[in-house]
Amino acid sequence: MRRFIVRRLALAVLTLAGMSVVIFVLLRLAPGNIVDLLFQSAGYVDPAEKQRITHELLLDRPVAVQYVQWVRQLAGGDLGTSYRYGLPAWQIIRPRIPVTVELGVLALAVAIGLGLPSGVVSAARQHTALDYGLRIVSLAGLSMPAFWLGMLIILVLVRVFGWIPPMLYVAPQADLRGHLLQFLFPALAAGYRSAALINRMTRSSMLEVLREDYVRTGWAKGLPGRAVVYRHALRNALLPIVTVLGTEFAFLIGGLIVTETVFNLPGVARYLVEAILWRDYPVVQNLVMFIAIVVVLSNLAVDILYARLDPRIRYT
Amino acid sequence: MLLTLLTAAAAGLVATQDPVRTDAAHTFLPPGPQHWLGTDHLGRDVYSRIVHGARVSLAVGIATSLLGGACGGAVGLASGYAGGAVDLAIQPILDIMQGFPLLVLALVMAAALGPSLLTVIVAIAVPFVPRVARVARAATLSIRDAAYVEAARGLGASRARIALRHILPNVVAPLIVMTTAQLGTAILVEASLSFLGLGVPEPYPSWGRMLSVSAAEFAQRAPWVVIFPGLAISVVVFASNLLGDGLRDFLDPRLRI
Repeated sequence: MRRFIVRRLALAVLTLAGMSVVIFVLLRLAPGNIVDLLFQSAGYVDPAEKQRITHELLLDRPVAVQYVQWVRQLAGGDLGTSYRYGLPAWQIIRPRIPVTVELGVLALAVAIGLGLPSGVVSAARQHTALDYGLRIVSLAGLSMPAFWLGMLIILVLVRVFGWIPPMLYVAPQADLRGHLLQFLFPALAAGYRSAALINRMTRSSMLEVLREDYVRTGWAKGLPGRAVVYRHALRNALLPIVTVLGTEFAFLIGGLIVTETVFNLPGVARYLVEAILWRDYPVVQNLVMFIAIVVVLSNLAVDILYARLDPRIRYT
Repeated sequence: MLLTLLTAAAAGLVATQDPVRTDAAHTFLPPGPQHWLGTDHLGRDVYSRIVHGARVSLAVGIATSLLGGACGGAVGLASGYAGGAVDLAIQPILDIMQGFPLLVLALVMAAALGPSLLTVIVAIAVPFVPRVARVARAATLSIRDAAYVEAARGLGASRARIALRHILPNVVAPLIVMTTAQLGTAILVEASLSFLGLGVPEPYPSWGRMLSVSAAEFAQRAPWVVIFPGLAISVVVFASNLLGDGLRDFLDPRLRI
């Protein structure tokens, strides 16, 4: 087990190194000089200042030197400076992390809480009206843009319930109930898609397992239906679902980006969009790398979880 | 799906109004006989904008799926058939590309390449390449050593001929399934990019941009500005998902995603 984790960890580091090169090259493809763009958006005018920033960003040095310096900074935990705010980027990002993490965890909870049971029910009652209904609901989840769903939710809340979601962030220390209410609806909007995907995966995985011999044995032994479905079948059907969860995590981040924008939540994902729109490229570069690290680590976690769940997988 | 295609093709005929003409006197008109789905904050006809937006959404969706499908198919075929060093060189690159969240990669590419229709197509197609390539590679590997491929090799067929004439036709079915499955995602990603202000630029009417942040502010006064474009996206993606599911069951009953 330990050797497996070490190997997998080395692979993750290699992947991250490759991803850093991709990010670095991509942002250097941007048309025009980064310093000029920063000047336009930040309103600097002094040519001496321009020279200073060019030097600060190492743009007067070879590309390879720029790259090495960037990685060295990252390794030291330095996320660069936001030229928009004139602050170290980390100071802007840090207070935003809990918001995005909370939203992400809640959305994942919504996804698993709705997707898994509905998928099991759908499979256990295949070809009934309930199954068809659930399948249509889940297919609709895959078809709706998350930001539109968010807008509809706000619309309904205001029109029908006369409740306007707070436009400013409510801190949990100040008002726990208000805070949870504020996060509940964005989590629904962001999690629906993943719930739909988990539902479909659970259904097809359960259908396969339910046809296996040992399940038939369970029925023949006269075990109660619930024990067969939940204790025996679901356990083996879980593996492919865990895999999907791992890949879906990356998609969930996309959902968070638009949901934070719609619900005006001050999270990391929305900050990425803002930084891109302001052409705050040093921040974009570091933020995308940050997201890449999170994704790679979560994939790593899924792989290890997978190996734990399935004794048939050898740790080599 | 067919209806949307027809609508997109005949947008000029189906639309009742000019989609880009503004009318300051008639902003936020509710749906009625003159403006079927009402007007937006600039007095533009929502129905006509949706009809014309179908062109952009479908063009982007189909172009990205084809581009991503073709590139991914070629890479996967080459990687699977050549094997060895080629395979070893290509796989890590695909792994790295797949590590990025789709929307994040598309966002950064759209920002780096500057706003244009072509940019959006490339920005959405590139993240698809590794996903398609993976499927094509797996399919190629499964038939690379089949008896009839060996027979062709024995008859002295060239490597390129074997790859194109004998392997490609057998890889096409899963490729089509995968590409159709991507169509809905492509339309959704385009909508998200446009919604965030990094998609297809003005003057093209785009469903995503009709829903952009500015539209959200008017939602309380004129809900139709928000409801109908989103409904259009959902219906088209729903239809393409159904199409994808149907094709999958028809062409490849084993593949379950």
